[in-house]
Amino acid sequence: MEKFEKLSGIAAPMPLVNIDTDMIIPKVFLKSIKRTGFGKNLFDEMRYNRDGSEIEDFVLNQPAYRDAQILVAGDNFGCGSSREHAPWAIADFGIKAVISTSFADIFFNNCFKNGILPIVLPQEVVDVLMKDAEKGANARMDIDLEAQTVTTSDGESFAFEVDAFKKHCLLEGLDDIGLTMAKEKSIDAFEATASQARPWV
Amino acid sequence: MSPKTLYDKIWDAHVADEADDGTCLLYIDRHLVHEVTSPQAFEGLRMTGRTVRAPDKTIAVPDHNVPTTAGREDPAQMTEESRIQVDALDSNAKEFGIHYYPMNDVRQGIVHIVGPEQGWTLPGMTVVCGDSHTATHGAFGALAHGIGTSEVEHVLATQTLIQKKSKNMKVEITGKLMPGVTAKDITLAVIGETGTAGGTGYVIEYCGEAIRDLSMEGRMTVCNMAIEGGARAGLIAPDEKTFAYVKGRPHAPKAGQWEAALEWWKTLYTDEGAHFDKVVTLKGEDIQPVVTWGTSPEDVLPITGVVPSPEDFTGGKVEAARRSIEYMGLTPGQKLTDIQIDTVFIGSCTNGRIEDFRAVAEIVKGKKIKEGMRAMIVPGSGLVRAQAEEEGLADIFKEAGFEWRLAGCSMCLAMNPDQLSEGERCAATSNRNFEGRQGYKGRTHLVSPAMAAAAAITGHLTDIREML
Repeated sequence: MEKFEKLSGIAAPMPLVNIDTDMIIPKVFLKSIKRTGFGKNLFDEMRYNRDGSEIEDFVLNQPAYRDAQILVAGDNFGCGSSREHAPWAIADFGIKAVISTSFADIFFNNCFKNGILPIVLPQEVVDVLMKDAEKGANARMDIDLEAQTVTTSDGESFAFEVDAFKKHCLLEGLDDIGLTMAKEKSIDAFEATASQARPWV
Repeated sequence: MSPKTLYDKIWDAHVADEADDGTCLLYIDRHLVHEVTSPQAFEGLRMTGRTVRAPDKTIAVPDHNVPTTAGREDPAQMTEESRIQVDALDSNAKEFGIHYYPMNDVRQGIVHIVGPEQGWTLPGMTVVCGDSHTATHGAFGALAHGIGTSEVEHVLATQTLIQKKSKNMKVEITGKLMPGVTAKDITLAVIGETGTAGGTGYVIEYCGEAIRDLSMEGRMTVCNMAIEGGARAGLIAPDEKTFAYVKGRPHAPKAGQWEAALEWWKTLYTDEGAHFDKVVTLKGEDIQPVVTWGTSPEDVLPITGVVPSPEDFTGGKVEAARRSIEYMGLTPGQKLTDIQIDTVFIGSCTNGRIEDFRAVAEIVKGKKIKEGMRAMIVPGSGLVRAQAEEEGLADIFKEAGFEWRLAGCSMCLAMNPDQLSEGERCAATSNRNFEGRQGYKGRTHLVSPAMAAAAAITGHLTDIREML
């Protein structure tokens, strides 16, 4: 996995609440057996007309935001299905961080597996960042994972919380299957005990 | 020892390793797999030279892409991409030696219906699947939740998940339900109360008399939609109904082990005085038959209500409601019972079980669906289909004008040929009314099976209590 340390990029505002995984990547694009290539269909139904032409006023179609690397989104981002195609599409588009007041649980976890940093901040802070994002291409936001800060284009800085283990994995770009396999002895021991206690499993 | 919740007990019984910061390796007893979220995980194993650690605890079935019309073995019924996904599951199941129910097996069906039906899902287990509706299995007192594909690969390789414990939330439904009110109305009413993010960070335990009174099928319906309320999982403590449902199923504990299993299962309840971080209580008597009007499962109203105005809401929900009302083609103030329906979809992992079909048969017996109505009933598994045919339900459906389909996820998420067209309005027993969920620009109203049946007859959203 690609490391995430610092990011300085354009932030796109998407204030809509409850942006679900069907919006992020509609199911017609789930039929690939690969992990890549989903970026062109990110937010497909919001982004394109039926004939494939772009819907001009959709944020990521506006010239200022076509290269956005950060999303500032409304509450409960990523709700709905478990499809990892959602973070795959976000990453494939080039977005590396999403900021919201809350995220759906499965989506939140999926982000960390794909080098994307989901940042939870209180409403009043997200409001400030949303305003900053609305300034367009001239407003670059800075995210420092090590220091756990988001800084607006005006230099206003906000601290955020992140799980220590997840932070470590992102900073180092670690493959967590490898980490877990290093604990194989614990798993073996657990299996031995559990198969005695609950042999029907 | 301090009192524990049901969630605490199952969690504690599955921690294989705990780091100082509370990050745990949670051992997984059952891993269910379907064709959409698994190919990249199996490919990951191949690329890293890893294998499936516990193939005997891994169960696969194709459900999302499969056509539900007769003759579906004919490859022409599937798009090439769908076929590739189903074929990939076929070959991955063989290559890694996991349990498998192929499309032409009578036991094939929606993964969350097949698991319990075959006795794979048992009380006190940890169950995961690359599918958010894994919460369904919580009806057995199993800790069950959806995971992404990277986690699918992680479970395949290690039979564990890296997890931190969630908080405990209690949802109590007291007293009795009124006539015409079902498990679906309970679970939608709860989401209407808590919102779709209300459960984020929690595992919900559903309890109370109205929950106890539900059949296992009803309990599965309630837990199925825990995820729609944002919760990691939903749980219901196992009881005699649970044990009776499980007993004798193909993969349930056999004679020699049954007693030992039962003994442990009977300890799986929340201790008196155990701590919940959040409690929600609804009176069973207050729950009415409900429908959704918008494009989020939290957009729930009693069928007697009217379409709201965006101004009825606050914050970000104002704009979301405006967008929903426009998308759904509705007018604020419009009576919900005046909403005309084009299509009725009965099925899905929420409501594709035998009891759901019995409820439908009760409403439609001897009646005809509204002229011009497209109405389909899609069993959750081949065995549900067989049972419905044996009970004579299928004949009732066909005589009423319903299409009687083969098992699969079908129009719940419309990855197979069963889709809504632009602007088509559907009363659906499924779980999500998101934009485009059932087809591009399709419009979904979530309802109970009985309410869907009623809408098929009258042609509009209908208060089921008027037909009882």
